[in-house]
Parts: sequence; structure tokens; C-alpha cells
Amino acid sequence: MSATKTAIEDLIIAYAHDIDDGQLDGWPGYFCEDGTYTILTRENLAAGLPMGIMYCQGRGMMSDRIKAMKEANIYEAHTYCHLLGRSQITETSNGSYQARTNFSIIRTMQDGASAMFAVGKYLDVIEMQDGQPLFKARRVVLESRRVDILLVYPL
Amino acid sequence: MSLSSLDDLKQPMTWPEGGVTRIPFRLYSDPEIYALEQERIFKGPVWNFLCLEIDIPNPGDYKTSTVGEIPIIATRDEGGGVHAMVNRCSHKGALVCLKEKGNAKMLTCIYHSWSFDLAGNLKGVAFRNGLQGKGGLPDDFDTSKHGLETLRVETFCGLVFGTFSDETPSVESYLGQPMSKFLRRNLGKPLKPLGMHSQIIHNNWKLYAENVRDSYHATLLHTFYTTFKINRLDMDGGIVLAEDKWHHISFAKRDAFHEAEEYKRDNIHAAQYDSQLDGPQLLNAWNEFDDGITHSIQAIFPNLAIQFTLNSLCVRFFVPRGIDKTELFWFYVGYEDDTEEQTAMRVMQGNLTGAAGLVSLEDGCINEFVQRGTHGSEGGAGLAEMGGRDVESSDASRATETAIRGFWTGYRKIMGFA
Repeated sequence: MSATKTAIEDLIIAYAHDIDDGQLDGWPGYFCEDGTYTILTRENLAAGLPMGIMYCQGRGMMSDRIKAMKEANIYEAHTYCHLLGRSQITETSNGSYQARTNFSIIRTMQDGASAMFAVGKYLDVIEMQDGQPLFKARRVVLESRRVDILLVYPL
Repeated sequence: MSLSSLDDLKQPMTWPEGGVTRIPFRLYSDPEIYALEQERIFKGPVWNFLCLEIDIPNPGDYKTSTVGEIPIIATRDEGGGVHAMVNRCSHKGALVCLKEKGNAKMLTCIYHSWSFDLAGNLKGVAFRNGLQGKGGLPDDFDTSKHGLETLRVETFCGLVFGTFSDETPSVESYLGQPMSKFLRRNLGKPLKPLGMHSQIIHNNWKLYAENVRDSYHATLLHTFYTTFKINRLDMDGGIVLAEDKWHHISFAKRDAFHEAEEYKRDNIHAAQYDSQLDGPQLLNAWNEFDDGITHSIQAIFPNLAIQFTLNSLCVRFFVPRGIDKTELFWFYVGYEDDTEEQTAMRVMQGNLTGAAGLVSLEDGCINEFVQRGTHGSEGGAGLAEMGGRDVESSDASRATETAIRGFWTGYRKIMGFA
């Protein structure tokens, strides 16, 4: 467990650093081929409502998101800085792992303003493939239902 | 600041020549205009969206919202009736309901425990008769005159509307025939909530009211469809204006749907068969109606819009939170009788709109760019001459700003400019 746990922690931190560095081409590679990525609100999760703010089913949809972000969508460029809490990692009966990690993301805009953009937790299901951990399902649960301006880079 | 007409403005304002083809920038940033809008529009002869009926399905359910900047409670009483009151205790003016949603038999202000029934009538005053014969309210205090301030309420197609004005006609006549008919098409059967989020956009609320009526910008700013070569940008479509021009419908027909019908498999097809999407399931869709309309947006004056993009049905509500700040709510819904597969498709297509919408996310910043761009140019004006200078429905083209001119027609009338 201990080596696996370290590998999972490395996955979670490398994911955040890549986004902070603007290295988004590799983002789908953090997921299993059929992995899912969902951004939803705490309120909708508690109410059992299916609809979030972003939903990708499989690496193809994730690549489309990145391509849209780079080539189609128009927005004021900005950067993220992820601050992560320690992950709680548990093994499940089918051999996959669950992880829960709190995060804060500070966004910096063109005028230099740095401000809290998103706070919440990652709820992950992680599978080992060829000795490497990958996200089978990553749910980004936001504390707030309210997004400032827009959301284009994955969290 | 108490303003009731344009005559009360400290700095007088006249509309530039050109009528609704000229939009004075001052309207986006003048606090006096903003205050006057609260009086004349939101407290005036309009139907304000309060909530969806499915937000308050059971007796005792309440939901808080705002009409302009005024805090509101919508409730459902024991008999199933819907009410709306100002969320302001008749005693000291404190908020009565603090939670966004809840269920209660009585609405009780936490400050001094005054309590109101679900229709807003004052039912209980703590220590009304004082303690041990001392204190308390005067004997002639009439509780029936101190209920919460109520709004007139009507429900239509699952939407709960409220008005402060006695002059507002019924919702159906307020909307007019083409508008009510199209609302019935989209929301005319029991709805199911799918999820909600909101977005703060840093612009005056009217910039979004224009944006949502701006069929001209759609394929210019929102290039998702072109980038991924999702075909048919020249879809048939048009703009329908309400008789009084206040509301509109913009619709498009995606011909690809008809072609793809020949490949019909369980009435479901990949609408993007020509595209370069790596995740083509995004646009799997089914024909919901027989009229061929696959994309529509309908704006209802002053601050509501209903979007039906492929199978993604959403009620958009944009609330002024200050002169240059607006909260845009996205209430995604399906129908109660949707299959699991249909719900899954609506959820999938939710990616197209909302705060992270592949097609719509630019609207989160574009109106702010106008807000920022017009700073210091309060004497200037924007142009709206695309598609001509008239304010009529357009069945030929959506490269028109006729619906924007429609909004300003309504605005000028209600504000007293025309």
C-alpha cells in the first residue's frame, strides 16, 4: 500500500502542478481511457442532482475541452495556483483506490489581481494500470454554486 | 435615493437621435438610472421570475430570490397555493428567511420571533401582551395590517412570476400569443430539476439582456461549432418578436437532423457526423419536436431567458447585484417522463452552456469588456442597426439586432424615455 499510496499522492500533485504551469495537453493522460471528469457543486451533490458545471466522459471529450480552450474559446488569459491538503487514500474491495483531497485555487487575472477562485474537494477513484495510478473518476466538488466570470481551464 | 421618474435625475438625460438604434453608454454605469430601474421596471408593470414550481413542490416549501434588488420569498401553502412576499419583517425590516430553500409551517423572524403564515399574514408577536401585565403592544395594534408585503403571483408553464404592480395584465397577455405558445412547447409538461449553478458577470444587467437577444454575435464570438467543423452554420432560423417587442424568440433548424433521421437508430443519432470532435457523444441528440427547431432562446422582459439547445433545456435568470455586477443563474431541467438515457443526454449537452459552456462561456466576459470599454465615455452610444432600423420579426435572417432594438423599445417605454 505504501508505495502505491506515494504513487497516488504523486499523481494528485503532478496533476495540479501541470495545470498551474499551463501544461494542459497532457491533462487527459492523467485519466483512464474511459475515465470521467466532473465539476459539480456541493449543493447538487447533496441533492443527488446529476448535472454539474463540466462533464467529460473519456479522454476524447477531455481533448476536445483542451482544444476548445486553445482554439475556439475567447476569454481573458489567467493562471491558477492550486493549494492542496493532504490526501486521504483508501483501498476498495475491487482493488481500486479512493482519494479525497481538499483544494483552494487562486486565480490571477491580467490586471494582476490574485483572488480565490474555487474551493472544494477532489473525490477520486483511482486505478492502477501497468503499475501507474490513473483517475478512473475525478469529481471536483465546489463549495460554492457561484463561479466568478467563467470557467475554462480544468480545475 | 428616491427616484420615480427621469425628471428626478440630477443630471438630465435625453435619448440620442436614432431611437432604439442608439444605446447610450450612460445606461450601463449611472447609479441614478440603476435606482430608477428598480422603481420603474422591477417594481413596475412587469412579471418578475421568482422561481420554478419544482423549487417549491410541497406544502410549506419556500425559496428565496430577488426582484431587482428586493429580497423575496416564494412559498407553497397547505392548500397548494403559491404566494410571494418581500423577505422583510414588518417589525424591524430584518430578513425573515435566511436559507435559500426550506420547509416550514410558519415563517419566523429570528430577531424578535414575529411569525407569519405561508401567505405572509402576521400570526404571532412574541410577548404581545407583555410580561406580568407590563409592556407589550398597544391594545389597538392591528396584526392584520402588519403582514409581510405581498406580490401578486401567477404561475405559467412551471414558472412562478410575481409583480408589485396592479396594472400588470395576466402573464399570458403580458407575454402575448406567440411567446406563450412557445413557452408551452418547451415547458408545457411536468419538469424535473437536473442541477443549478450561477455565475457572476461583471457588467450591468442590461448588457446580458442585450446579449441574450443578440443573434448576430453567436457564430462570430462563439466559435466552438466552427472550430470543430460541426456543420450547418447557415441553418434556417429567424427571430420572432412579441407584439410589444419586449420579448423574443430566436430559433434555428439544424437540417442535419433531417438527413440523419434516415440513419435513425432508436430515434437517436450523432448530430455531429461531420465534425472533428474526439468525444462525439457530446452532441448525441434526439428530435424532441416535429417543428424542426433544434436551437432556441426566448427572452422574457426584464431578466429571464429560456434556452433549448439540442436537448439541453435551461432557464436562465440574470439578477442585478449592483450597477456593474449581475448574477446569472442556470437552472437546468428535463421532463418528469424522461428516460434515463434522455436525462444522460441532457446532462452531456449541459457542457455546451453554463459558466463553463463550450459554446457560451465567452458571454461570461464579453459583457464585462463592454462595461470596461465604455468607462469614461458616458456621453457616447452603441449602435444597433444590423438588419435595419425597424423593430420587427425577422424570418429571413438571424444576422440582425432586431431583438435588441425590441428590448430597448420596452425599456424606453417603461422608463419614460418614449
